[in-house]
Amino acid sequence: MGFLSGIGRATLVFLAATGRLALFTARSLSHCVRPPYYPRLLVQQMREIGYNSLPVVGLTALFTGMVLALQSYTGFARFNASSAIATVVVLSITRELGPVMAGLMVAGRVGAAMAAEIGTMRVTEQVDALSTLSTNPYKYLVAPRILAGTLMLPCLVLVADIIGVFGGYVVSIYRLGFNPAAYLTSTAQYLETNDVVSGLVKAAAFGFIIALMGCYNGYHSKGGAQGVGAATTHAVVSASIMILMINYLLTGLFFS
Amino acid sequence: MSAATETPKIELTGVKKAFGPKKVLDGVDLSVAKGESFVIIGGSGTGKSVMLKSILGLLNPDAGTIKVDGEDTTHITGRARDRVMTKFGMLFQGGALFDSLPVWQNVAFGLIQGRGMRRAQARDIAIEKLAAVGLGSDVANLSPAELSGGMQKRVGLARAIATTPEIIFFDEPTTGLDPIMADVINDLIVKCVRDLGATALTITQDMASARKISDRIGMLYQGKLIWQGPTDSIDDSGNPYVDQFIHGRAEGPIQMQVKLG
Repeated sequence: MGFLSGIGRATLVFLAATGRLALFTARSLSHCVRPPYYPRLLVQQMREIGYNSLPVVGLTALFTGMVLALQSYTGFARFNASSAIATVVVLSITRELGPVMAGLMVAGRVGAAMAAEIGTMRVTEQVDALSTLSTNPYKYLVAPRILAGTLMLPCLVLVADIIGVFGGYVVSIYRLGFNPAAYLTSTAQYLETNDVVSGLVKAAAFGFIIALMGCYNGYHSKGGAQGVGAATTHAVVSASIMILMINYLLTGLFFS
Repeated sequence: MSAATETPKIELTGVKKAFGPKKVLDGVDLSVAKGESFVIIGGSGTGKSVMLKSILGLLNPDAGTIKVDGEDTTHITGRARDRVMTKFGMLFQGGALFDSLPVWQNVAFGLIQGRGMRRAQARDIAIEKLAAVGLGSDVANLSPAELSGGMQKRVGLARAIATTPEIIFFDEPTTGLDPIMADVINDLIVKCVRDLGATALTITQDMASARKISDRIGMLYQGKLIWQGPTDSIDDSGNPYVDQFIHGRAEGPIQMQVKLG
């Protein structure tokens, strides 16, 4: 019977956590649309999530594009299909790798910072202090982060797409000796608006998830430094896993 | 107004709160009159903070009612809660200053964010309130992390009184301060509460502080208010629990959960 009660307990814990997260999400969203708004905080978060993540996301995209070109060349050259490299690079980057890589990097950079900051505010009673100063913590802390995450990730991914394709171009031209004009033509040839747009929609979803998990874990952290550390870890791990899962679901939805 | 003066400012009836199997509040009855300074004493873990947070709506009590100015605020949320919160100011134990904001914005926070006051005007009031707690305008632009513990407490106090609240809560105002600084804070609390004509509710373990700032004292033990009375009657309360606490004796009816040996 101990075995069964273990399963039951785990199920209950899981359901309770899901319910808490769902409530938190609903409450956060409702505070995103209802006044008062904090435009100053929104801009601050947009700068932090968007602008300050550019170097890390750009570097990731650059090397991803470069390795894509190199790796597909070693494979495709065996079948005399190396002309398809440009298409492979641009479709892989815009549809999958751009959003996912940017999402994972931002989850590590921004999601962790959100969880640590809000978690520290929680354990030092700063979140409670907000309430006593007639300021709703959901509005003041959570809503600007979630809005900024959802808005800025698509922008980041657009930049990442361009840098990633550029990385593939550089390797193909200067390392593999492709003709620049031919490479650019075949890059544009099979690329459709939908490929880019689907990636941007994914990015918005990832940005939402990253900010949500960062805020949720920070908001519910307890027990001092250790609790904040655990919240930070949970925020990054859960956001990363959810990004990969949701990416699969969205791909199924867009391209089936 | 005569009817209003008879309505207690804060009234708790049978308030209960449990965390899992642990009963933290087990039927607390408390009534604080307008303009009164009430101090609650009690050991660690007797539910003092939980009681304050329940009144503020940061925690939801399991049973009982909490009234502010005769209005039942036990389970209100949203706008109604925001409106009631404008009556409150609170000094947190650790200060709970926002470390991302400079000192003056901390003090002016309730005015700018809560009341929508213009920043320049709020800054003037913040400087004024800082002066009221004995801090010069030179600290206004510092970050809270650059201040000593005593100064952080003072900034917290300035923030608590900045919106001229009707009710001020003090959570362990003297904990972690040296005796002299503790007395400075006590004097400031007495002065600020008197100047504002506010109702004060303080929780503390520091008897010197409790005697100095209170009109009445109550003792919380095992989730109940086991004794309350005017401050000058605390030495002959006739209650063995109170006697043990105010004299700080290890021997007595209160058994500490400490493993010896």
